[in-house]
Order: sequence, then structure tokens, then C-alpha cells
Amino acid sequence: MNEWTNTDREPDPLPSSLPGPTAPGLGEPQAEVEETLKRIQSHKGVIGTMVVNAEGIPIRTTLDNSTTVQYAGLLHHLTMKAKSTVRDIDPQNDLTFLRIRSKKHEIMVAPDKEYLLIVIQNPCE
Amino acid sequence: MAPKQKKKSSRRKKSPKPILAASEDMEPVNMESMGHPEIYPLVLTTKTQEIFNCRIDEDITDEQPYKLINKEDIFEDLRNRAAVSDFHPVKKIVQEYPGNELLLVYDKDFKYGLNFYLIGTEEGKENYLNPPEVSEEQEEYKEYIPEDVYIYKPPVSKPWVSLGSEKEIEEASVTESTKQITYMISRKRSEFGAPIKFSDQNASSVKDAYIECTAYPDKNFTLKQLEKDVGMQVIPQIKDISTQTKWTYPKNATTQYYPREFSEEEKETLKQSKPLVDFLNNASISVEIALQQNEITNTFIDDWKHLAEEEGTFGDKTDTHLKEYQSFTDLHSPTEKMITCVSWHPTIYGLIAVSVAVRLSFEDRVHFSGKLLLQPSLILFWSFSDPIHPQLMLESPDDIFCFKFCPSDPNIIAGGCINGQIVMWDITTHADRIENVKAGGSRSKKATLKPMFLLEPESNKEAMYIRHCAVSSIENGHKKVITDIHWLSDTFEINRMGSVFENRSGICCQLVTCSHNMFWDIRPQKPLTPQTTEKKKEENIEIPFDVPSTFLHLDLSWKPLTKVRLSKGETSLDHCPTKISLKEDHLLCKTQDKVLAQSKTAKAEEMNPYHNLESGMPNLLKPIDDFCTKFFVGTEEGEVIYTDWKMEKDPETGRLMPKKPVSLHTIHDGIVHTIQRSPFYDDIILTVGGWNVAIWKESVMTGPLLQSCCAPKRYTSGHWSLTRPGVFYIGREDGYIDIWDLLEKTHEPAQSQNICITMITCIKPWIFSSKQQFIAIADYYGTLHILEIPWTLSRPSTNEMTSINHYFEREVKHLEYVEQRKKIREQEKKEMEQEMAKKKVKIYQKSKEQMEAELKMDYESYLELEKTVLINLGLIKVTEKGSYSDVM
Repeated sequence: MNEWTNTDREPDPLPSSLPGPTAPGLGEPQAEVEETLKRIQSHKGVIGTMVVNAEGIPIRTTLDNSTTVQYAGLLHHLTMKAKSTVRDIDPQNDLTFLRIRSKKHEIMVAPDKEYLLIVIQNPCE
Repeated sequence: MAPKQKKKSSRRKKSPKPILAASEDMEPVNMESMGHPEIYPLVLTTKTQEIFNCRIDEDITDEQPYKLINKEDIFEDLRNRAAVSDFHPVKKIVQEYPGNELLLVYDKDFKYGLNFYLIGTEEGKENYLNPPEVSEEQEEYKEYIPEDVYIYKPPVSKPWVSLGSEKEIEEASVTESTKQITYMISRKRSEFGAPIKFSDQNASSVKDAYIECTAYPDKNFTLKQLEKDVGMQVIPQIKDISTQTKWTYPKNATTQYYPREFSEEEKETLKQSKPLVDFLNNASISVEIALQQNEITNTFIDDWKHLAEEEGTFGDKTDTHLKEYQSFTDLHSPTEKMITCVSWHPTIYGLIAVSVAVRLSFEDRVHFSGKLLLQPSLILFWSFSDPIHPQLMLESPDDIFCFKFCPSDPNIIAGGCINGQIVMWDITTHADRIENVKAGGSRSKKATLKPMFLLEPESNKEAMYIRHCAVSSIENGHKKVITDIHWLSDTFEINRMGSVFENRSGICCQLVTCSHNMFWDIRPQKPLTPQTTEKKKEENIEIPFDVPSTFLHLDLSWKPLTKVRLSKGETSLDHCPTKISLKEDHLLCKTQDKVLAQSKTAKAEEMNPYHNLESGMPNLLKPIDDFCTKFFVGTEEGEVIYTDWKMEKDPETGRLMPKKPVSLHTIHDGIVHTIQRSPFYDDIILTVGGWNVAIWKESVMTGPLLQSCCAPKRYTSGHWSLTRPGVFYIGREDGYIDIWDLLEKTHEPAQSQNICITMITCIKPWIFSSKQQFIAIADYYGTLHILEIPWTLSRPSTNEMTSINHYFEREVKHLEYVEQRKKIREQEKKEMEQEMAKKKVKIYQKSKEQMEAELKMDYESYLELEKTVLINLGLIKVTEKGSYSDVM
């Protein structure tokens, strides 16, 4: 599975490894961010993607503002709760991924120290 | 003796008795002091009583309380018992007694102190036995008198007689019982007054320093309580706690907030930050894994559950036939009629309206026109409860070929006549008659359905004839039979140009009829024409006059709002449309916008808006811009046209011209008599005509999605099923109904059922409840059959809609593919032709010399061939062959 995704992502050149072209700094990460998000969004059944900071404030989103704000606020709380739950049980453990499956769609949350990536997908046809 | 005397002294208050010393020889005491010196009280013991036979209550009774006793007896007793004898105290008296018998009296009351007394003298005896009563009383009185007078006697000293007082004194005096002991203690004088020292000393250390009397539990004094009476009560566990609280009362509090957001610049900066990039790179890996997992398979599907159908079915699942429920025929009509149009009442259960027309061809109509004028053309209202008598009969000037209930008010009915007129009815006043129709008792019910005037006896058996309230203008209306009529939705309205405006009145107020496609507005036009209805009323006498004046403004002067002509391109001929399907028909099935619904309900509470129609004000209404004004038309020739009703300005002539049709297809071989949109998909249209059926999608104009092959019998009517997206019903000319199920078969009907013997003219299904669905089938002979749709046909299977959707999409794709293939084929064809052309061109380009050379070569090869043939035939000798071959 890892290999699979790696091959999927192969053609991305990391800006740091490239010598040469005069403007790697500013444009690249932004483009990379955009490109990653676009790639995720183009998966089958994906309804929306959003990136939220540690306080629950959305940074980037493909949905409309009110929906984004609602999702961000609620999922941020839930992620915090899930994380603290996992760590309460075993302090050396940590939350890596959170998937909430509902009747209509599946919400995937990838938490990090500072950010949260939220993807909403409709798994059924 | 002494106690006896004492007793006497205690009893006698008045007479102090001298207490005599107890001696044997004492003087017998007598009652001298009492005035009876002869009476000597005695105590006789029982023994003495027995001896002398003076027992109390036996010998001596109340009547005779005395006894005479002989002296000798007493002496004998005295001698026998001596001191013990009771007579001892009176011994002397007895001795001195002169007489022989002594009287012994029983002193029951102890008058003299003792229980007997002896009379000591003869006189006393005599007195007693023969008592002079008066004298005794006197003696008693006399006794008291002398006591008052006290004679002073100076005290004479007598020897002190001890009466026992010294004993008392002795008892009372205190004497020393024992001799007193005297102690003398002495001490040295000097030791007096010396300072004293006190010191503590433990009492227990020195023996005998103290004497104690310790308490000990004396068993004599311990009481063992054997019984104890205790009261008990059971209470629940209670706990008392108190705290201090602040009283809060509920009050409304609101919070208004807005979420924190980043501004655009902040977002930009964040986007470029390295941590975000790294995070995304890491996170997207796991996210994509998850996404792909979902794409591969849905892990939460319960396959078992999805395998089965939905919840349990009602009734037999294998039963797929339509069941006959009821049928209605008008038995009263003199001529043979056919049913032209059927419509269920939108709100009332069990009420269905049919329009009947005379079953004659055009020539016969002309021939019998005189007779036909006398017979009223009717729309009959049938109710399930009464299969023989129609509930209402609406009258019209001529045969109605199509009619519709107004969607916003089911009491308004618009119908299209055979002569091209539109007829309007308003049955508001009779609405309550048809609403409360119940089963049974048709005769009695008819009594309540009587018209207002009770004069006509035959109206008991006939239903109410209701006259139309408006007809359209003959000159301005259609010239041909009106084959289709629709109410426009109340969400928009049309003006003269055909452009769409929003409809503020909230009711359906416009009609579109199909004979030349005209749009009609039921509101009064600006210049109100004078009424001509009075004239009309006078003509018809026998019909009741309570015609509502709802549409008086329209009667006979009703002009269409706008006309849409379908011209056939360059020629001046027009298409003859038979049926149309507008886009908004589908909207009528769906729920309206909430605002409009509210305004509608508000209006309904007021009086019926139809009674108060005002002319439209298109200038003030807001135009709806993106409304689709296109619609489908089916024609008499079997074409299906998709066109626009909006007028456009013709650049050449400057007139308003209808637009050219968007698409035109000739699919059917006969009149298209059904164009209908699916109740589930608003862009799928079913067209039935001639011998086949076609399904179209509105956006796909290349052709029908589905076109059935020629059926053995002509199709005469059709309708979508109202609950199953893939089912539709087609009626044939031989009385069969074909039920098509797109999920089962698409090349032929799924099942076929015989309903009647003649052509089916109209099919209308209707939903009453989730479990009951009916389909009304009208036939050519004037009978309306109501059948019940079985469970399988009325209940959609799971995902039926999506499956049908898929099917249509596939068909669309197929069409597209076909188109593409067509193009490709054309391309190929072109290419092939080009190649062919090229080839031909190549041949012509060759030069003449080459051609000659080629000809020559051909000729030589021909000669060769000739020679070989001749040799083979044996006509030329072989030897000559070599020279020829050398030349070659």
C-alpha cells in the first residue's frame, strides 16, 4: 500500500533537492499545497477538503464558508477529545488518523501538532 | 365485759355511761339512763340461742321479736355454763325476778347496744307486750328535758380512779433507756491555739484511716426487668444537608458570535509556511490510503440485507394482475357514448369525472346534428359509493374532448369542446354535495342532493345538472377540436409576448390549449366587454339558474392571450398539434415554494380568489429570466416537436414570430395522443402514438432514448405509473392494457391484460393511499373501469429510481455513441469516397505514351494468350510455338 501511494506521488520534485532554478522558494510550497489538495479533491466521491489550524480556524477549503466553519469547529473539538482519549489510555500512544463513517459520508481527519486535514468523502455510489 | 361497755359508751353520745370495773359481781347494766330501767341488754351467742330456741330469724322473727323464757331454764343454763353463760351478767336480775317467765326481746337494731335485751320487771314485760305507745314517746321527750337544766354540784373529791391515762403519759414520756456514758478529754493548755498543720494523706495507705461503706450491687435490690414496653417506627433513611444557594430563574439569553477566520493575507502566509507543507505531505499519504480504501470497497455494506427486497409485501407477491374494482356506465343516455377524457378529483376520495362524447364519425355528426343539439353533452362525476347514478353532471354546449380540474381550486374545471370552445365550470356551490357522498342509500341521498327548487319531481332521480359558466369566444378561439388543455402552474404567468413573469396571485389562472396552441388567461382583460350572459340564460329554461358568476366576464368574449403557431418551415402549413407537455406540469406534483404556499393558504382563508379575479399587471410583475419556455408537442402526423413558445422578432418583417422548433422527429405512425412527463424525472417524456411508444429525454435531441418496435395492435392511450419510475401503462385498440416495466423488458411489455372488448381511450392511475392505488380505464363504449393496481406494480423496489436513472443514462450514452459512430461512419465514408476519388484521379493523370505502351503490352499479352489457347485446342502446331515464344 505504501508503495502504491508512493508511486502515485512520484513525480513531485521537492524544492530543496533541486539545484538551479531561480525561484524555488516562494512559488513551490504554495503550488505544492495546492497540488496536494487538488489531488485529494479529485479522488472519487470526495465532497470537500479543508485544512484547519490548531485552533480550529480554517486555512484552506473547497466548501462554502459556513459549512467549513461548522466542520472545523466541531471536528477540532472531536479530534482533541479523541487524542486525549488515546493518550489517557496509553500515554505513549498518539492519534494518527480519525475516520468517522456516517450514513451519508465518511469524514477523515488527519491530525497534526499544528494543523488538521479534513476530507469528506461519499463512499457509496 | 369491758369491751361491751366501751362499745356502749362510744355509741351513746348523749348519755355518758359510767364505766364500771370489770368484775363478775357487777351490777347488770340497765337502760335506766335511757328511761328504761327494766331493760337489760344482752348478748346471746348462737349456742345460747339454740338452747333457748330463740334463734334469730327462726324462732324470733320480726313479727314476734320476743320470747318468753322460763326462769328455771335460765338457772339451768347458769348452772351448766356458769361464767360462760350469756345470762351471767343478768343473773341477779333473773334471781330477783318475781315472775316466772322473762321476756327476751331481739334487738335487731341494737337499740340498746346488744342484740337481745331482757325485760327485768313484770311491768316492763306487760308494757312491752301491750305497749302504750304514746307513753313511750313521751318518756323519750322527757328524757331530753332534764339534760338542759344542769344542776351544779360542787366537786367532791373522790379517790383517784385510774382510767388508764397514766399509761398514756408513760408512753408519751421520754426516759433514758440506757445509762449515758461520759467521756472526759483533757489536754495541756499550752497546746491549745498552736498552729495547725494540715497535710495530705492517702487514705488507702493508712489502714483504718477511713472507713468506707462501699456501694455494692445488692442483689436484693436489683430488679430484673422482665418486660419492657418500647415503641418503634420505621422511617426511610434520611439525611439532612443544607447548603447555601443562589436562586436563579430561567431567563432568555442569546449569544451572537461569529467564527474566527483568517484574512486572505494570513492564509497566504500560512500556505507558504514550511510546517504546513510538511504536514500536508505527511497527512495526505494516510488520507489517500483511506480514500482509496473506500473506493475499492464499501466495508460496511451488509450484503445479506441488500440482497433481500424491502419490507414485507402486502398481499400475494405473485399477483401482478390489475383487479377489477368497479365500473361505471351511464345508463340513461339515449345514444351510444364514448368516454373521451377521465380525471380523478384531486382532493375527494372516490370521485372521478369523465367526459362523454357521442360515438359518431364526423359525417354522422353532421347528419345527426339536429338531434345532437337536443342532447346535452356532459361531464359526469362518478363516486365509488354509487355506481348507477352520477353525482354531478356538468353541461356543456358541445362534446368535451378534454378537461382538467384547476390545481389550485378543484371546483373550477376547464374543458375543451369539439367545436373549439373552452368551457369553464364553477361547482363551488355544489362542492359540499359531492364531498360528503357516502356509501349506501342512494335514494335517500338523492333527496339531499335535490336542487333548490323542489317543484320538479324527476330531479329526485337525476343528478344535478350544472351549467357551464363561461365559454370562450367562437371567433377568436380554435377552429378545430381542442385535444389538450392544461392549467399553467401558479408559479408564473405569461404575457402577450410569451415571456414569463412571476405569478403573484398564487393561483392557477392561465390555460394553454392545444389545437393551435393558444394561451388563455382566465382573468378579465383590460377593456371589460359588456355581459352577454343574460341572453344565454334566457335561452335555456329548464336548467337551474344558480350559475355562479365567476367567469361572467369571460363568457363568450374570452379571447386567448397569445397564440403559438407551429409552422412547417417554408410552407405555410402548420403542424396540427394534438398534445403538449409543458415543463411545469411536473412541478405541480412537487411541493411548491414555501412562501408561495403560505401566501396561497392565506388567500384561501379569504374568499375564493377565483371569485375575485383581477386582470393581470404584467408591467409590475417581475420576469422570470431563466425559465425554460420550451415544450413538447405531438402532432397528428406522428411527429414529436420540441419548441419554444416565446415569440421573437423576425428580423425581416419586424413581426413577432414564433421560434423555429428546436427539434422535430417523426417517430410514430399515427396521431400522437399521449405526451407525458414522468412523475419522477422531469426531463423524461413518454410519447405514444400509432403503433409504438417512445421515451425521450429533454436535453437529448438526437432521438428517443427508447423506441419500441411496432406492436400488433395500435396503441391508443398511455400513462406513466405514479409510483414506479420504470412502469407505464399503454392501452390498445382491442381492449388490452400493456404494462411495460423497464426493469424487466425493454423490447416488449412485461404483461398484457384484457380489460374490455373495445378500444381503450384513456388511462389514468391515481394514488389513494400507500396501499391502495387505482387505475381508471375508459373505453370506447362509454364504460369506465376502475381497477386496483396490485402490490407489485405499485410498490417501487429498492433503488428502482437509481436503476432507471442508470438505464436512461446508458441510453443517452448509447445515443451519443450512435451519434459518434454515425459521425465516424460518415468520416469513414468520406474517407473511402475520397480514396476512391483519388484513385480515379490517379488513373487520369497518366500520360498518353504510357497509356500506349500499356496498351501495347496488353495487346501482346493478349496475343500470347491467344496462341496458347489455340495450341491447347490443337489448331496450331507445336513447332511454331517456340518462334513465338522467342519473339516474346
